[in-house]
Amino acid sequence: MSYKIPLGEWVAGGVKWLENNDHGAFNQIGSVIDNTTSAIEHGLIATPYWLFAAIFIGIAYWRRGWQFATFCAASLWLISNMGFVEQTLVTLALITSATLISLTLGIPLGIWAGRSDRAESVIRPTLDFMQTMPAFVYLIPAAMFFGLGRVPGVIATVIFAMPPVVRLTSLGIRQVNKEQVEAGIAFGCTPSQLLLKVQLPSAMAALFAGINQTIMMALSMVIIASMVGAGGLGNDVLSSISRLDIGLGFESGLGVVLLAIMLDRITESFGVKKAVR
Amino acid sequence: MNTATTEPEAKVVVKDLHKVFGNKPDVAMQMLRDGKHKDEILKQTGQVVGVLDASFQINKGEIFVIMGLSGSGKSTLIRLLNRLIEPTAGAIIVDGEDVATMSKEKLLNLRRKDMSMVFQSFALLPHRTVVENAAFGLEIAGIDLKERERRAMEVLEQVGLNTFAKHLPAQLSGGMQQRVGLARALTVNPSLMLMDEAFSALDPLRRTEMQDVLIKLQQEQKRTIVFVSHDLDEALRIGNRICIMEGGRVVQVGTSDDILQRPADEYVKAFFTGVDTNKYLTAKDVAQKEQVTIFDHPDEPAAGFSAALERMRMYDRVYAFVLDEQHKVLGIVSVESLMACMNDPNKKLRDALLPGKEAIPSSMPLNEVLRKVVEYPCPLPVVDEHGEYIGAITKTVLLRKLCKEKTA
Ligand SMILES: Nc1ncnc2c1ncn2[C@@H]1O[C@H](COP(=O)(O)OP(=O)(O)OP(=O)(O)O)[C@@H](O)[C@H]1O
Ligand SMILES: [Mg+2]
Repeated sequence: MSYKIPLGEWVAGGVKWLENNDHGAFNQIGSVIDNTTSAIEHGLIATPYWLFAAIFIGIAYWRRGWQFATFCAASLWLISNMGFVEQTLVTLALITSATLISLTLGIPLGIWAGRSDRAESVIRPTLDFMQTMPAFVYLIPAAMFFGLGRVPGVIATVIFAMPPVVRLTSLGIRQVNKEQVEAGIAFGCTPSQLLLKVQLPSAMAALFAGINQTIMMALSMVIIASMVGAGGLGNDVLSSISRLDIGLGFESGLGVVLLAIMLDRITESFGVKKAVR
Repeated sequence: MNTATTEPEAKVVVKDLHKVFGNKPDVAMQMLRDGKHKDEILKQTGQVVGVLDASFQINKGEIFVIMGLSGSGKSTLIRLLNRLIEPTAGAIIVDGEDVATMSKEKLLNLRRKDMSMVFQSFALLPHRTVVENAAFGLEIAGIDLKERERRAMEVLEQVGLNTFAKHLPAQLSGGMQQRVGLARALTVNPSLMLMDEAFSALDPLRRTEMQDVLIKLQQEQKRTIVFVSHDLDEALRIGNRICIMEGGRVVQVGTSDDILQRPADEYVKAFFTGVDTNKYLTAKDVAQKEQVTIFDHPDEPAAGFSAALERMRMYDRVYAFVLDEQHKVLGIVSVESLMACMNDPNKKLRDALLPGKEAIPSSMPLNEVLRKVVEYPCPLPVVDEHGEYIGAITKTVLLRKLCKEKTA
């Protein structure tokens, strides 16, 4: 006898039901995400590229010194030389909005998980699920709900990129020295004072590491998300694959790598500086 | 004068206090009432009995030391006093009010205004400067920045750290960090201070230094201090009364004399003597590194007489030990013998050694050591099996040790 649990049917049915019955809510979520992303995108594209580059290089110099600033200058020049300026800015806008959403949801979740064992026991497996479920599996239903474009791209990216910041925030809070927490309580901290004055400051380094990881994950996912029409550098990667265009593939891939290195080093520097100071 | 006969005023009264760690405290409490032992309860139910039926009183203005072996429940007991750990049963009455049952707001208020704590690992906040750490309690209580920094600076001055106000804790030595810990506890001007092994992480020298700081502060303003320690010497030095714990129980409370002269049971007795010490004590156990030692460098032209004399003068010693570079004891010199050789350019340090003074092997039993020590006027060096210097025995040190054994 072989009875198969109709897991797949249940989920498919659930998605269908949601699609038919909850359109209003999805539309609203969708338009919020769409508006945020396009606002960031327009802002970036409206800025003259030289100004954008100057600000970027300035930040690079401030955080890491002139060597890294030189590297950024060279990278930004190469990106414009390869003709990827607009795509890169679109990708950057997608990453920024996905990261903002991930952090606004992820940091409070991480704090909650860090302070309550029960919350942690629910949140952890959910995060495992979000991180290991192959992206295409939720990319498609997301596209069904929100239509093709950047909204399902951003949502899929949030699902994939949020776990690290939740995990590391929680870890950071759990790692605070036990007697430091006791000291906070012994001097009369309320739970929120304890969080703001004792736990979060000590968890800062871990939290920044989480933010850094989230940004990196967002970057890798944003490329995949171009399959549902999110746009950006991913489009070029995708079309190079479909046309077997090795040259374009390398160039667009290089653009992604350069962007990744720049974002990584800059965001990483915030965590390190905070930890030392 | 009849002040001596008046009952001391109670600051804290602890009554039938229990703490059970685990998810079934009621079951454990019932088993305790049925007379079951805590080991049995742990085996049957997995509940850990941390503190068991504790009842005692802490007087106003005294230093009350809690002692006991590791795991005996000292940290648990002191944390029950400010409810860092929730009691399972019993009462903790501080200034007439029961901490165990008081409301959240009252408890917060008590912790902010009248009770503070010093921790073994210092527990300073690493991202805050010394003065910000010291002002922490006032900040939590909502005192404005200027006022709280002013008061924190006052207290930092009391503990001798005002010049380090802008440093971060990581930039200070352990002893200085704990002064900050002490300052943080003092700034809220509490009438009750809880100190859990506050000085245990410090080396012996810093530890005595901090004890002195505490005693001095106590003279300036009397507070009630509950002090957990596992160091007998510390307890005897600073404690007005001592409370001995064993396996979660309070087995005896009294002045050090009380406890030394009338130990409640074998456990308390053993605690103060170690196990059958007299039989097992050897020279090694009483040797102390308080004597001046001089290294002999035979290859160097200068004999080093003046340096040796200067150091002996500095430490106020009449005798010093001469060691070679492998720390082997060559012999003993005195101020006199050094002076005698000093003006002869052909003489070396070795020529100033006193005749017939031999080192004591570290394994020599105490009674034999006693015979040797009375024979000679000077302290005698103790060496290990390779002849290396490990310390010295003086008459005073030996007598004090033997007296301690006797009274216990
Ligand atoms: N949170 C906890 N959960 C379970 N058991 C605990 C907990 N805290 C303490 N205990 C147990 O309670 C007993 C007393 O511990 P406590 O820390 O009070 O001992 P202590 O006298 O301070 O020892 P030490 O000298 O090692 O600090 C120990 O058996 C310990 O294992
Ligand atoms: Mg302890």
